[in-house]
Amino acid sequence: MLSKKQALLFFLGGTIMFSIIFIALSIDTVAKGIPQHTHEENMTKAVVAGRVLWDENNCMGCHTLMGEGAYYAPELTKVYDRQGPDVIKAILTSKVPWAPHGRKMVAYGFSDQEAENLIAFFKWIGEIDLNGYPAPPPLKNKLK
Amino acid sequence: MKYKTQKVAYWAFALSMLLIILQLTYGFIQAFAHLGYDGLHEWIPFNTSMAVHKNLLVVWILSGFMGAAYYIIPDESDHELIFPKLAYLQLAALAVVGVIAVVGFHFNWWEGRKFLEIPRELDFLVVVDVLLFLFIILGTLWKAKKRTTTAMILSVGLLAAALLYLPGMIWFDNHALDSFFRWWVVHLWVEGVWELIMGGILAYLLIKLTGVDREVIEKWLYVIVGLTFLSGILGTGHHYYYTGAPSYWLIIGGIFSALEPLAFMGMALFALNMYKKGEKRHPNKTAINWTLGTAIVSFAGAGLLGLAHTLPQVNLYTHGTFVTAMHGHLAFWGAYGMLVFAIITYVMPNLTGRKLYNNSLSSYAFWLSLIGMLGMVAAFAAMGVTQVALERRLGMAFMDVQAELKPHFWVLVITASIFTIGILLYVWNFIKFGLPKDEAIGMEDKFQAI
Ligand code: HEC
Ligand code: HEM
Ligand code: HEM
Ligand SMILES: [Fe+2]
Repeated sequence: MLSKKQALLFFLGGTIMFSIIFIALSIDTVAKGIPQHTHEENMTKAVVAGRVLWDENNCMGCHTLMGEGAYYAPELTKVYDRQGPDVIKAILTSKVPWAPHGRKMVAYGFSDQEAENLIAFFKWIGEIDLNGYPAPPPLKNKLK
Repeated sequence: MKYKTQKVAYWAFALSMLLIILQLTYGFIQAFAHLGYDGLHEWIPFNTSMAVHKNLLVVWILSGFMGAAYYIIPDESDHELIFPKLAYLQLAALAVVGVIAVVGFHFNWWEGRKFLEIPRELDFLVVVDVLLFLFIILGTLWKAKKRTTTAMILSVGLLAAALLYLPGMIWFDNHALDSFFRWWVVHLWVEGVWELIMGGILAYLLIKLTGVDREVIEKWLYVIVGLTFLSGILGTGHHYYYTGAPSYWLIIGGIFSALEPLAFMGMALFALNMYKKGEKRHPNKTAINWTLGTAIVSFAGAGLLGLAHTLPQVNLYTHGTFVTAMHGHLAFWGAYGMLVFAIITYVMPNLTGRKLYNNSLSSYAFWLSLIGMLGMVAAFAAMGVTQVALERRLGMAFMDVQAELKPHFWVLVITASIFTIGILLYVWNFIKFGLPKDEAIGMEDKFQAI
């Protein structure tokens, strides 16, 4: 039967080995993979400023972006394609809560400049290579 | 209890009890907002209730872990805690930082990073507080001559959890990079080092409750935490499928995360077998319920419901839907919520010298919370499946699908009420125990497995 010492070696050996593999892959992802997939060269000042607004206002507490966040409000990865810059600008600069379906967003009343930055951020996010997410709905055409 | 300083544990547990009630309150605010009753929107918009719900969850669980360590480490190492006054200070500081963070969430002071919403300024206070905690725990172990495997696994888990908080504090301009490192905290916590803490606490409880030989229990403990890291480290890849990382994570994350349930299955088999094997029966049956409960429910919630959406082919459609919320609730509750309740249930009679365990209050608390949670998970599952089918497979718009989910939110409110009644009964029993007493020192022998 397995002894306690062997069990300890299994624990230490596995942990060390898989940590090393994980760190090696992470280095590749951080140094090459993510910059390529996200087209880091397109990450302008406006994009970064938009990202700061996204972060400071915790938009992720209602929305998802790249599938991450909360499930209260629409997924925004492809919102730039879906709604276009003008609608998004109207939503973000609105002084009353945006709620065409009855569910309220916070009325941020952003300035034009702030809205432009967030729109640049959404445009950049929409162009990231997400390995096929969000997938086109496979059953859409089966409905008549 | 054996040592006077173990009394600190009581205050950590009391903080947990207070915070879980607040957490559930905000859970109801969220559920009603989903139903269209958002009268609090001006003061508590959904992103505020969400941030409070999740952060209080993490803080009450961490507080429960700290209480567990303050009780277990002196007992296992035969040594009083060093600097007990600092331990009280540390807990008070944790409570203060928690309150500041929660108040801040109501005034748009936070970071939009799921689970890590606490602003960076406060992160530094968290780090100082945790360093203080670790200083007391590791210092006690250092001074004591006896260092058991159980105590070591628990302490290594706590230390590693603190270290892994750091990658979440780095700022990245690139949103995808930020997300990449956010998972180093969130995933490597719950599917990595927290399992070490869970294994340590579970082993301690099994040693106490079943009377099985320590060497046998600790041997299997190594195997289980070995399985955890073998699968869980590379399993992080299941969060990198669709978030801007290279596609090799689809294969690596898929394979290794599919192995993660093995560790949770190990915990469940481990607990059940030790329970069967043990010749002694501890009189605190409710503590046995919670202990076997956490082992089994974590396998269901983390293991099986995790497996349900971890393959990349499935996750492509379930990613970021209520399927995730279904899994998140049962996994967190089974693995870490019930674990904290198990250690509190075991420890309270020893701290206070009062035997309020096999009463109907504590047994209703156990069963109502369990049944309520299973109902909640069923409601989230119904929402998840509906959302995936209508939105992701048929292509209906997000907001149109949300309207279809309302009936399930009513089920959620009803089942969450059952759950909450269970929790309130538990807290009531906790209060009835009263404060820890010095007279309880040495009385533990009376409760020992017979
Ligand atoms: C309190 C929750 C909440 C917060 C916080 C929030 N939103 Fe919204 N948002 C909503 C809801 C709800 C809708 C959909 C309203 C409707 O269609 O009825 C929405 C819609 C949108 C839309 C249009 C989506 C579409 O496809 O129609 C955009 C763009 C948007 N929000 C951006 C943001 C940004 C940027 C932030 C952060 C600065 C933010 N939201 C914060 C709730 C929120
Ligand atoms: C006790 C252990 C676990 C806990 C507490 C837990 C909790 C959670 C939580 C809260 C989330 C949502 C995170 C977020 O979106 O920010 C999540 C996501 C996820 N979990 Fe777990 N989990 C555990 C174990 C597991 C296991 C063992 C598996 C796999 C077998 C798994 C698979 C997943 C997957 C695939 C996601 C991503 C869902 C998505 O794409 O939206 N989890 N988990
Ligand atoms: C009164 C009981 C509860 C209610 C009504 C409730 C309700 C909710 C709701 C409505 C959400 C938001 C989903 C969304 O729109 O994004 C949520 C999220 C969450 N809750 Fe609860 N909850 C309750 C108890 C708990 C408990 C006890 C736990 C942990 C043990 C928990 C852990 C979580 C987690 C981890 C999330 C984030 C999940 C994710 O995004 O995948 N909740 N809860
Ligand atoms: Fe994970």
